[in-house]
Amino acid sequence: MARIIVITSGKGGVGKTTTSSALAMGLALRGHRTAVIDFDVGLRNLDLVMGCERRVVYDFVNVLNSEANLTQALIKDKRCENLFILPASQTRDKSSLKREGVGRVMEELSRGFDYVVCDSPAGIEHGAMMAMYYADDAIIVTNPEISSVRDSDRMLGILAGKSRRAETAATPIREYLLLSRYDPERVQRGDMMSVDDVQEILSLELLGVVPESKAVLTASNAGTPIILDKESDAGQAYSDVVKRYLGERLPHRFIETTKKGLLNRLFGE
Amino acid sequence: MGLLDRFRSNTSNQQVRGSAVVAKERLQILVAHDRAERNRPPYLNQLKEDILIVVRKYVNVDLNAIQVTYEQDERREILELNITFPDTSHSHNHDAK
Ligand SMILES: Nc1ncnc2c1ncn2[C@@H]1O[C@H](COP(=O)(O)OP(=O)(O)O)[C@@H](O)[C@H]1O
Ligand SMILES: [Mg+2]
Repeated sequence: MARIIVITSGKGGVGKTTTSSALAMGLALRGHRTAVIDFDVGLRNLDLVMGCERRVVYDFVNVLNSEANLTQALIKDKRCENLFILPASQTRDKSSLKREGVGRVMEELSRGFDYVVCDSPAGIEHGAMMAMYYADDAIIVTNPEISSVRDSDRMLGILAGKSRRAETAATPIREYLLLSRYDPERVQRGDMMSVDDVQEILSLELLGVVPESKAVLTASNAGTPIILDKESDAGQAYSDVVKRYLGERLPHRFIETTKKGLLNRLFGE
Repeated sequence: MGLLDRFRSNTSNQQVRGSAVVAKERLQILVAHDRAERNRPPYLNQLKEDILIVVRKYVNVDLNAIQVTYEQDERREILELNITFPDTSHSHNHDAK
């Protein structure tokens, strides 16, 4: 039985797809058979971030409509044999995304994989609901910014009320916070909410803090999940995220500023 | 950031609070409101309409005159019902007696 992980947020552009690709690659590299699904039907971009857009033949919607089977639609990653990608379709028609159909796909994936990572679309509409419905674990990707934290809190309400685990009164979804696009210098200047500020409101288990990093764009330009860039701060942060998810206890990095000014050294804590 | 800049921003931080503090305060209010909204029992609107029917047997008020607020903390739930009687109906009742 696979563990189903949803990467969700409410707000768009916070780093869900970046996180999905990094986590899926990280889990696969550690020997776990992993499938990553793009639930963003119509906007399809996980395949771009994963660098497999030219190998897409069939997609998630084809599988839901029984126009292709899973084996035909799953794209095997060229860098890691344990990783498979199920791309979203380009069509804007979301009517195939139904609870029963998605459930069948999840069940079939559950038999062959250790982890199924679901990359949620933004919003709290149908697509996002489908992405989270079958989840065992949820990673809430949040930016230290008012609208993002607020949407994350709303998403927590939805996970607690509208997921399969909620509806069947099973053990609740395990919820984790991933704080992304964090800029310690702005936090120090008082211009950005800190990890503690966000945690004071959401109080979730902190899976990691991913710093704002130029390396993320470079990686997505190349179609390489950022976790493969071991030199970059964001890549290292995602490696830690994967290890923590798998149960390792590691101190959080990238929360403090690296360069301390003279006055801060003199008068700071 | 230069030495002087850092000094300036340090002192100005003490006078004007950083924007992050404001963000957090606004967020705390927003989220508290959202959560209260989420936890409201779904029957509140129906309850309001039913109460209106009962009250109307005695006093002529409209739906806006009835306010139902719901609050919840760890220990208790408070359902508060407020009916504003129109001034005229009060004296009217007296007249009728
Ligand atoms: N840690 C980061 N540092 C800098 N840019 C980032 C970071 N995480 C994501 N981004 C950028 O933000 C944009 C949105 O990211 P994406 O993962 O597509 O978000 P979502 O899937 O939530 O819409 C992309 O251009 C991505 O490259
Ligand atoms: Mg996305």
